Amino acid sequence: MRKISRWFQRNLIRIYAVIAFTYLFIPIAYTFAFSFNDGGKSNLIWKGFTLSNWQNPCGAPEVCTALGNSIKIGFLATTIATILGTMIAFAIGRHNFRGRSTTNLLIFLPMATPEIVLGASLLSLFLVFKINPGFWPTVIAHVMFCISFVVVTVKARIASLDPRLEQAAMDLYANEVETFRRVTLPLVAPGIAGAALLAFSLSFDDFIITNFNSGTMVTFPKFVYVSATRGIPPQANVIGSSMFILAITIVALGQFVGRKRKVS
Amino acid sequence: MSSQKKFGLSTPYLLLLPGMGFLFTFFIVPIINLAQTSTQTPVAGGDTGQYEQTLRFQNYIDAFVENKEQFGRSFVYAILATALALAIAYPLAYAIAFKSGKLKNLLLVLVVAPFFTSFLLRTIAWKQILGEQGFVVPTLRSLHLISESTTLTSSAFAVVAGMTYNFLPFMTLPLYASIDRIDPRTLEASGDLYANGFTTFRKVTFPLSLPGVVAGTLLTFIPAAGDYVNAAILGSPQTKMIGNVIDSRFFKIVDYPTASALSFTLMAAILVLVTIYIRKAGTEELV
Repeated sequence: MRKISRWFQRNLIRIYAVIAFTYLFIPIAYTFAFSFNDGGKSNLIWKGFTLSNWQNPCGAPEVCTALGNSIKIGFLATTIATILGTMIAFAIGRHNFRGRSTTNLLIFLPMATPEIVLGASLLSLFLVFKINPGFWPTVIAHVMFCISFVVVTVKARIASLDPRLEQAAMDLYANEVETFRRVTLPLVAPGIAGAALLAFSLSFDDFIITNFNSGTMVTFPKFVYVSATRGIPPQANVIGSSMFILAITIVALGQFVGRKRKVS
Repeated sequence: MSSQKKFGLSTPYLLLLPGMGFLFTFFIVPIINLAQTSTQTPVAGGDTGQYEQTLRFQNYIDAFVENKEQFGRSFVYAILATALALAIAYPLAYAIAFKSGKLKNLLLVLVVAPFFTSFLLRTIAWKQILGEQGFVVPTLRSLHLISESTTLTSSAFAVVAGMTYNFLPFMTLPLYASIDRIDPRTLEASGDLYANGFTTFRKVTFPLSLPGVVAGTLLTFIPAAGDYVNAAILGSPQTKMIGNVIDSRFFKIVDYPTASALSFTLMAAILVLVTIYIRKAGTEELV
């Protein structure tokens, strides 16, 4: 008896971690389980097991249109935000210049502003200039809120670099461009990749800002929100689950490649 | 440094220009525009949605008085959700940083993993799990823990729980980052000096993790205060937050001035609270 209680005491925090992770994953397990539900259009009650939703994810056509829009917006916004953000991160991380603290503040502010204010203010700007909300306004909105996250992520990576590596390259007669291309950039690349992944997931999952600036265009989160009242088709669960599996696979591959490189 | 000589002073500015120009045009200008819109008044005899520029600051007072309940609720819910998230996330971050051994990277991925399933799908999943047709309510009822008429959804409890859940990774990651940086030898030293576990935590671990606590609470509190999705999905008309009001003013009533005044008040209130909080917590270096 005493043994058991001591084991509990020693492993209390591990037991706690297991409970916490269970809590985090309950709704995901639920979403996954109900992607196999033979529920027809409304996926509220368990009606029986079927694979048909996975075999035919576009069975509810609106789901795939929405998904397509989300992917397109995600790719465009991620590309633009990653380029602009990385440039800013290099400027802040590698140079001293006047207005540095103002720049830092301007990077911090969008992250400290509630999404609803970002969305509402951008929409009111578009309305003033008689620009109809839709695809491109949404891309602009996503770039706007992703830039800061890219800057913060890439900046952290630049700050963690050992400056001696670049000095060594210079000592070996590499000029600045070569040093940047062959030493600095490869070292910062994982940070940039991480930032891009973060930007894509932020963009893909965004609802509030998108809802303000997308007009009648439907993205995946918007589709889920709108159809929530009358029941979401199980195909939406299929897409939610596959995104989860895909992302986990990408992360696992990244880890694997990273480890292999370290070994060789 | 030689690089600065060669490229001159203009390199950082050239790097900054496109990104900062973008942020200026699509973040600063819209905020200024929002400030202008917030003092507009309806055009006399015009259609709904037509406003002219005036400087009617009374809009702010009207908007606040009309919606002070929702304002109060937003801040109470956000503070509750932040406190709960901190309580749940701290031991978790501690476990990952100090007790996970080889599993550390895997566990970190697991913390972020929920992000990959749309948060709306997860929130709706909670609604169905906690709803009348889920398994939780019937179980609790059969155990007589809740009465027949008690429901878990459409309540303040559900809204706060939903926010706590949705923002938990935002709390856990910064906490982990600063706890992981603590040198375990400082904790051993504290033990060697006859501090018990609790004293070590209070005097060593917690103060050293404070930057993570500040960053995590901010990353949770700010989006929570402006959130309306949890209240819309898990709440009832009695749990409306300021986000719900801004949303409906914009889209259903096309009352742009009030919506703008409310947005601006929300942002100002958050900035004031955050500034006081950062001063009190004593960490100015956040970004």
